[in-house]
Amino acid sequence: MKGGLISIITIAAYIICAPVIAGFLSGLDRIITARMQGRRGPSILQPFYDIKKLFNKETLEVNKTQFVYVVCFFISIIITGGFLFGGFDLLLVFFTLTTSALFLVFAAVSTNSPVATMGAHRELAQMLSYEPMVILVAVGFYMVTGSFEGRDIIQADMPAIVKLPGVFIGFVSILTIKFRKSPFDLSASHHAHQELVMGITTDMSGKMCGIIELTHWYENIMLYGVIALFFVYNSWVSIPITIAGILVVFFIEILIDNACARVKWQAMVKAAWIVTIITAGINILILQCVK
Amino acid sequence: MGLSNEIMIGSLIFVPFIVALILSFVGNNTVRKVIVYFSAVCIMFLSAAFAISFLINGKTISFMPETEIIDKIMLGGEFFLMGIIIWLSIKYKKLYAAALSIVQTVGLAWLELSGKTEHFKLDHIYCDRLTIVMVLMIGIIGSFICIYAIGYMTDYTHHHTDVKDRRKFFFGMLFVFLGAMFGLVFSSNLIWIYFFWEITSVSSFLLIGYTKTEEAIYNSFRALWMNLLGGVAFAGAIVFAVIKLDVINLSDLIICDNKMLLFPLMLLAVAGLTKSAQLPFSKWLMGAMVAPTPTSALLHSATMVKAGVYLLIRLAPAMQGNSVGYTVALIGGFTFFFSSVRAIVHSDGKKILAYSTVSNLGLITACAGVGAESTVWAAIFLMMFHAISKSLLFQSVGAIENTIGSRDIEDMHGIIRRYPFLAAIVIIGIFGMYLAPFGMLISKWAALKAFIDAGNIILVLFLAFGSATTMFYWTKWLLKIFAWSDKTETRKNQTSIEQCVSLVGHVVLMITLVILYALVSQKFVEPMISEFYGHPVGAVISYTDMIIMSCYVGVIVLIPLLAILATRHVKVTKTNAYMSGINRDKGRKFVDSFGKERDLYLSNWYMLDIMGSRRFLNISTVIAVAGLIIGIAFSIGGAF
Repeated sequence: MKGGLISIITIAAYIICAPVIAGFLSGLDRIITARMQGRRGPSILQPFYDIKKLFNKETLEVNKTQFVYVVCFFISIIITGGFLFGGFDLLLVFFTLTTSALFLVFAAVSTNSPVATMGAHRELAQMLSYEPMVILVAVGFYMVTGSFEGRDIIQADMPAIVKLPGVFIGFVSILTIKFRKSPFDLSASHHAHQELVMGITTDMSGKMCGIIELTHWYENIMLYGVIALFFVYNSWVSIPITIAGILVVFFIEILIDNACARVKWQAMVKAAWIVTIITAGINILILQCVK
Repeated sequence: MGLSNEIMIGSLIFVPFIVALILSFVGNNTVRKVIVYFSAVCIMFLSAAFAISFLINGKTISFMPETEIIDKIMLGGEFFLMGIIIWLSIKYKKLYAAALSIVQTVGLAWLELSGKTEHFKLDHIYCDRLTIVMVLMIGIIGSFICIYAIGYMTDYTHHHTDVKDRRKFFFGMLFVFLGAMFGLVFSSNLIWIYFFWEITSVSSFLLIGYTKTEEAIYNSFRALWMNLLGGVAFAGAIVFAVIKLDVINLSDLIICDNKMLLFPLMLLAVAGLTKSAQLPFSKWLMGAMVAPTPTSALLHSATMVKAGVYLLIRLAPAMQGNSVGYTVALIGGFTFFFSSVRAIVHSDGKKILAYSTVSNLGLITACAGVGAESTVWAAIFLMMFHAISKSLLFQSVGAIENTIGSRDIEDMHGIIRRYPFLAAIVIIGIFGMYLAPFGMLISKWAALKAFIDAGNIILVLFLAFGSATTMFYWTKWLLKIFAWSDKTETRKNQTSIEQCVSLVGHVVLMITLVILYALVSQKFVEPMISEFYGHPVGAVISYTDMIIMSCYVGVIVLIPLLAILATRHVKVTKTNAYMSGINRDKGRKFVDSFGKERDLYLSNWYMLDIMGSRRFLNISTVIAVAGLIIGIAFSIGGAF
């Protein structure tokens, strides 16, 4: 009963706080990126202004179903995050994540725009690249803690990263894909440097675009939640460690984003799979052997 | 009660054969329709009634120790099958098939006639919970396919005027198939199982060659020789088991405590691998698509290939932790991954389905090969859900083919707008194959957990990568369906009422089973596994998760509804899709670099350059053959 109540509180906290935290992180991202490029950068509140502006703009749609899929995407990502922060089964979380990602590609192809359709296919290639790693993350946690459930994983006696360094590195590498950062920002670019215009989100404007942005914020916080699982254990000490860990990952992702040029999809699939096998695969094999 | 069980089992086996006999004489379409409808419904009710009465009783049934006359008849039957094969292989100059058939039939005839099997006075008929699963699968899905075939074959003969109308033969064969499958799952005696096993091989061969085109004949003979190879292995296993181990019943074989067991076990596993179309034997199932759709649906879902995995699941407890088990598990895992990669490059709907069948059977095979309680639990669920979803998908592709004249997924562009009913059925089928919250996914999840528990990391890796590729090829198909299209096409939806009955029946079955997942596990599958292993076994994934999944079915309906409500009153402006300003005619056309208008056509992505190469295919076959040979060598080494 108590567990259920805690779950409800954490899920509610996620739904309310996620956009705020993610907005600030996004602002911070833009400032750090600007500094790396020798610019001053916008105010930390800029992402909030942007999203507000998007919601006030005129919404153009190609057909009726497009908006419906976008809202589906939004709802199901929140459900995914809810499962994670409610402490449910990690595989449940990841499978729901796959299902929700599909709504985004449906929204793209339903416009019949060549640009968005190509973006959608690239999005699929991205999913193809990161899926194995995501599943292996769950496998790793299960092998270390004996449970797939978030609420059990955080009760461990030591942080999972101690036994799962390879899995952690692998996950951080595919996070670049999930965060849509260079070199893997193939399906939808935040920067105006790709041939696909805005790829998968090309035909989304106004409120639709705002919702997509908001969904990404929820998704990002969910992914940081998975990162947190690597650090949290049954001690208060773990909280500052976790926050530090997340900030380090956050900084690394920005660094990679600014240091790399975009690659082709073939390179992405190969790189992601090879990294997955080398880091997570070997890590898990070793775990199995020492068991 | 005992007597009524005997009557029920007897009629489940014999009724299909009798119906087949009647149908092969009925030329009138209406009369045939009535007979097929009536007998399909009868078989369906009979299997359901039998299952219910079994569940109420809850006891394993076995009887019939004295079967001298039936054995003789079966022996005659085996020679009859051999006769058919010899005749057809001479006719089409494929003598190797005849040779394979002669080897196995003569070998077994020698065994029986020399009196080595006479001293066994054991029950020939055996029925436990696994049998019931199979009976329900064959009885319900198989009958639905027969009903579907009525409507489909009318359309088919209408469209394919070049193919000779052999519907008498076709419907006869469908029912022979069902009868043989019932016989196979009810038999306990290996010779009996082998007899029905051969019937399924031969009737699938005849069904694949239905159109008698060159391609059909070529493919049917490929199916025949691969399955006969399995038959030879099966016969070899029987001879070995009888002579060296003094065992004739399957249930006695798997508990036989003798290190020589490994060899017959490996041979039976090879038979199972050929029938369930695992690498390197998967080609025959690809070729089987030349046959009319009901055949594919039958071969891929409820019968044929399921006979293979059925045998493997029966063998599972004996395969746990030995070289045979490792070989089977690795071949299964390998097949799961490689077939799903192969599925990416194809655009022919039925081909994708065929690769997906092989791939999913690979997973079931891997589960059986590991042979732990939890993997068998997952295998049973995978088998059930796969049967329903795959049958549904084949039938819906067949219905689409009859309506739009193509089964290429490129031509299914935007059918959600053109034929919403058909599209919805395909979408449900595809969702059922790989997405939360449907059965295949929950079972895959269980399989993953079971593989980790069993400590088989290689299989975990195969599953992780294979799931990604599986996701890729299904989603690609979904993208085509969800794409936007004009409603310009005016062709009428030609799906007949019989087809709709079957399609909707499948959807209802699938969703009911997902909702009742926890219940089915608790009341049925767990006792089944406990019986297999002789000690209580729990569910692999927690009931909480199963119940979440059941509720999820509601959520997945609720999300779009909520989204529709939320977006209904939002003020939006209609516009055309962005195409750098070169779009014409609302995006149906564009202006090319010469200033001419061209039709816009969006194609899917097949990654041919990486995954489509012949080398890739050859490598996978070579690896599988090598693995199999090593496995056989180990089993011989272990046995002697």
